[in-house]
Amino acid sequence: MTAEPAIRVRGLRKTYGHHVAVEGLDLEVHRGECFALLGPNGAGKTTTVEILEGYRPRSAGEVSVLGLDPAHPTRDWRARVGIVLQSIGEFEALTVREVVSHFARYYPAPRDPDEVIVSVGLAAKATARTGNLSGGQRRRLDVALGMIGRPELLFLDEPTTGFDPEARQEFWELIRGLSAEGTTILLTTHYLYEAEALAHRVGVIAAGRMLEVATPATLGGRADAATLVSWDGPDGRESTATDTPTAEVAKLAARFGGEVPGLTVARPTLEDIYLAMISKESQ
Amino acid sequence: MTTTTVVRAGRGPAHVARTGWARGVLEVREFFRQRESVVFTLAFPVIFLLIFGSILNFPIQGGLKFTQYFAPGIMAVGLFGASFQNLAIQIAVERDKGILKRLEGTPMPPAAYFVGKVLMVLVMVVLEIVILLAISVALGKVSLPTDWHRWVTLLWVTVLGVAAGSILGIAFSSVARTGKSAPAVVTPVALILQFISGVYFVFTGFPKPLQYIGAFFPLKWIAQGYRSVFLPGSYAPYEAGGGWEHGRTALVLGAWAVVGLVLAVRTFRWRNGRDA
Repeated sequence: MTAEPAIRVRGLRKTYGHHVAVEGLDLEVHRGECFALLGPNGAGKTTTVEILEGYRPRSAGEVSVLGLDPAHPTRDWRARVGIVLQSIGEFEALTVREVVSHFARYYPAPRDPDEVIVSVGLAAKATARTGNLSGGQRRRLDVALGMIGRPELLFLDEPTTGFDPEARQEFWELIRGLSAEGTTILLTTHYLYEAEALAHRVGVIAAGRMLEVATPATLGGRADAATLVSWDGPDGRESTATDTPTAEVAKLAARFGGEVPGLTVARPTLEDIYLAMISKESQ
Repeated sequence: MTTTTVVRAGRGPAHVARTGWARGVLEVREFFRQRESVVFTLAFPVIFLLIFGSILNFPIQGGLKFTQYFAPGIMAVGLFGASFQNLAIQIAVERDKGILKRLEGTPMPPAAYFVGKVLMVLVMVVLEIVILLAISVALGKVSLPTDWHRWVTLLWVTVLGVAAGSILGIAFSSVARTGKSAPAVVTPVALILQFISGVYFVFTGFPKPLQYIGAFFPLKWIAQGYRSVFLPGSYAPYEAGGGWEHGRTALVLGAWAVVGLVLAVRTFRWRNGRDA
């Protein structure tokens, strides 16, 4: 691997008047990695991503994206970066194929438009006007336009908002495919299970700061967090938090002489960990 | 492992021209598929020509009827509507919808966007003038010029008019803060210009101060240029300057194109809101 990461951010700061949107944020995304940014609304996710995409100037800090400062984007650099923005207007009177083929012309080494249309699952809609697409189909078109230029780095800002579960699964397959081909992906999302399903690493942002960066399995000490063992005791529901759940269950089995009524063993979900982190931050 | 191939975005005038052409084709297609915009932009002057062209048949100076005077004027309105009004509204709407932001995120040469817009305007203006001219000729208001230099005048007035109107439309698109407010911001400007430029009234019938104001803006000169194409030479002495004033027409339209270009370059933005 080359030493230079795809994205390197040091002490990023962004203010609007007295309002501080991003406050000293650090971030490093390796080449070929799928990195998810998690955080509540207003945490500074989109501001950060739009600075990295070359849309917004920053107030302070060092930023390098594919070796270039995005405060001064060049067209050569744009050709290497794919962007899927949050909700954005379409070309309503044009068909899916017209739009995708047209965007391919902007790039020096584009993917084949028809293949892209197939891979985002819009083959049946290739000749439909984009104004007639459903919300989920439009989002796939957005992704098609983000990937048409064969980008080295793809930004996905809340790509699956409004998807039904099946569409989301298909979408994940698409992103996994791009990731497997070596595309570096920076994803922002509200859905923790989405980060868990796609990302090699996740970063949690709150109030413009990076709280933690870790793999989904280890975020917030999740790997060795206490496990909750619960069962129906003689006087109602009982539970105990333990680092040795297997031993706890064996003990219970001995006590009940076989089956433990209503037994559940639960490790904290990513969501539990995340919510705990966010609420600690806001106190 | 990523292979480090050097990818360079297309560059140079040829790339801009090709991409601009592709955008123009797309813009024209998009325009004609949106029925309301076709009606609003193209049919409006036609309706005005049919209404005013039949009721305002009173005599004016030079032995002409007002309807003869009105026909070239409404062609100028058609040109200005398809260039200035159309672009000032359309670009404001596209900016509001984030379409410009999307384009900004690609390696598209920015000039290609404007080339595409001007190509679309040209197609619409040619179509509009052909329709208005056909109706005017069919109704016997004007006849097609027989000497070639009147055709040349039609050509250069149209080209300079489209240049000035389009560039000013691009510049003016930044005035409206949102796409929704764009028609409300742009339409009154166009309407006032139509009234003070000698389209619905004979220009020389205005009080002098109003004539000076009207003569400051491009629409008056486009209308006068078109009158020089379609009215008999005997009317020339009754124009405000005592003649067709081709030199001054070219100068004023050229000057507005340059001023508009400077304004457009300085004020154009791809996004609304903070950090635009």
